[in-house]
Amino acid sequence: MAVRTNPVRAGQHGSPAIGPGRPRRRPRNLSRTVTPYLFLVVPLAFLVVFTYIPVVNMFWYSVTDWDGLSPTKEFVGFDNYVEIATRPELFGVLKVSLYYIGASVVQIVLALYFATALSFNTRFRNLFKGVIFFPYLINGVAIGMIFLFFFQPGGTLDSALHAVRLDGLSQQWLGDPGIVNYSLAGTSIWRYLGLNFVLFLGAIQSIPGHIYEAAELDGANRWDQFRHIILPGIRPVVGLSFILAISGSLSVFEIPFIMTGGANASETFVIQTVNMAFKYYKFGLASAMAVVLLAIILLVTWVQRKVVPDEKVDLS
Amino acid sequence: MTVLADRRAAHRAWVAAALKYLTLGGASAVVLLPPLVLTMASLKTHDEFATSGPFEPPHDWLNLHNYAVAFTDGHMLRGFLNTSIIMAVSLAGTVLIGSMAAYAIDRFTFRIRSLVVALFLLATLVPSVTTQVATFKVVDTLGLYDTRWSAIALFLGTDIISIYIFQQFLRGIPRELDEAAAMEGAGPFTIYWKVILPLLKPAIATVVIIKGIAMYNEFYIPFLYMPSQELGVISTSLFRFKGPFGAQWEVISAGVILVIVPTLIVFLLLQRFIYNGFTAGAGK
Repeated sequence: MAVRTNPVRAGQHGSPAIGPGRPRRRPRNLSRTVTPYLFLVVPLAFLVVFTYIPVVNMFWYSVTDWDGLSPTKEFVGFDNYVEIATRPELFGVLKVSLYYIGASVVQIVLALYFATALSFNTRFRNLFKGVIFFPYLINGVAIGMIFLFFFQPGGTLDSALHAVRLDGLSQQWLGDPGIVNYSLAGTSIWRYLGLNFVLFLGAIQSIPGHIYEAAELDGANRWDQFRHIILPGIRPVVGLSFILAISGSLSVFEIPFIMTGGANASETFVIQTVNMAFKYYKFGLASAMAVVLLAIILLVTWVQRKVVPDEKVDLS
Repeated sequence: MTVLADRRAAHRAWVAAALKYLTLGGASAVVLLPPLVLTMASLKTHDEFATSGPFEPPHDWLNLHNYAVAFTDGHMLRGFLNTSIIMAVSLAGTVLIGSMAAYAIDRFTFRIRSLVVALFLLATLVPSVTTQVATFKVVDTLGLYDTRWSAIALFLGTDIISIYIFQQFLRGIPRELDEAAAMEGAGPFTIYWKVILPLLKPAIATVVIIKGIAMYNEFYIPFLYMPSQELGVISTSLFRFKGPFGAQWEVISAGVILVIVPTLIVFLLLQRFIYNGFTAGAGK
């Protein structure tokens, strides 16, 4: 709701006119014009210094050959972008994101299932809810270590397979380039499922209960209820989850970096960008790669906002 | 006829319930097994770990030797200290900055208001991981590189969710309260400090919980900006276990459990707030 700019606020709200306040109106108006800026100076300074200046600089670096250290940089036009487009090993790592996008779909479907299951009467409901959600809160390095042990030869997974006499399925879970990304994407599901699940559960519970009762009277079974009541009711949250999942999949960093360091074909676009900048000192090229990633993410977000309009109104 | 139909319906309900509990139990096992295995490993001696399988329980459930090693040789104590300092300053700053921005945006009308709102909204679209290369140079230029201030500044600078949460909450606080205070002669700063901030307590709790968890778990920022051993936070300290303790999984396990336990305690104590916080914060 936008209250029009009107310094004479006293007369606007319902309370009766304030006699003694009148003469003081002028100085208070002045303070009302200056005050918001005083409150915004610090937040805006942080926003500009740590978000907007880096974004602008990133575009500038991306058209130079800067190594990140020397005081001078040469303008090279679009050379860095051409290099990204023509060297398949640079752009090709984006394919690794497909594993994570696939994993996000599995993750969202699983989260929908568990949220729906727990939205109906369930024994130990809070316990199950807590168990499924808790991994989301765990430190990423701790998760990386847990799953390094889980996947290592003779580790948790191999032992579990051995216990059910499926030794034959054992693999080099993190050593085989054909398998490592499945292992890492699986770890990612383990970590992030809880957030989707809790968001979906919250949204399902805000659907009024009498709608289910009415549907049950009409003979709708659980599947009908899911399709015709729950899914439409939580569509905005599901849409939001897909946006976050895809932009998250494109910028995967922590889990592969901690677990494999990008070895065995598990390198992601962000790991490569970070290495390019801080290991090979190609700041110009790394910046161009970051610009490309930013552009892709903004494009995906824009397309999805078009496809799944967000009914929520933000901030204004 | 109806009896038969009833019985069939009851049968189907029973199968559905059985499937539901089976899947829930399966999911719980998948979630709990990996960390439980590490918990057991953390209580084994080095030789015991080498000779036993992952699912074999430790001989002595109270063998805390590995935890002592993780704390001292692994510098986890220092990690907890650094994390606590950074979190305390950053959380206080986030609450102040976020609530000030929200107060200005929600309670005042001024010329560039919609521009300011647009700047904050636009920033949410830029994933901070993409701009790190350039952010690094900014932090370096400001002389914050390899100091705790780098993490603090970045936690404060890239935080828009908390402004959003404060602003949502402020909308629900009637303006009559500020106006009543103004009539008693209170200036805008007194109103912010004495009226608004105390009323924002529930929103502050939400921000402190979700931001606190995010800061506790942050790996990338301290890894990139605070390479000195002395500045290790819990994430980077644990990450450095990979080198010296590479062959000692029982010590690494102890470090992992040490990092998880505080989170678990906070979760168990504040469950309801945490669920609400994440549901509120997701609208970012």
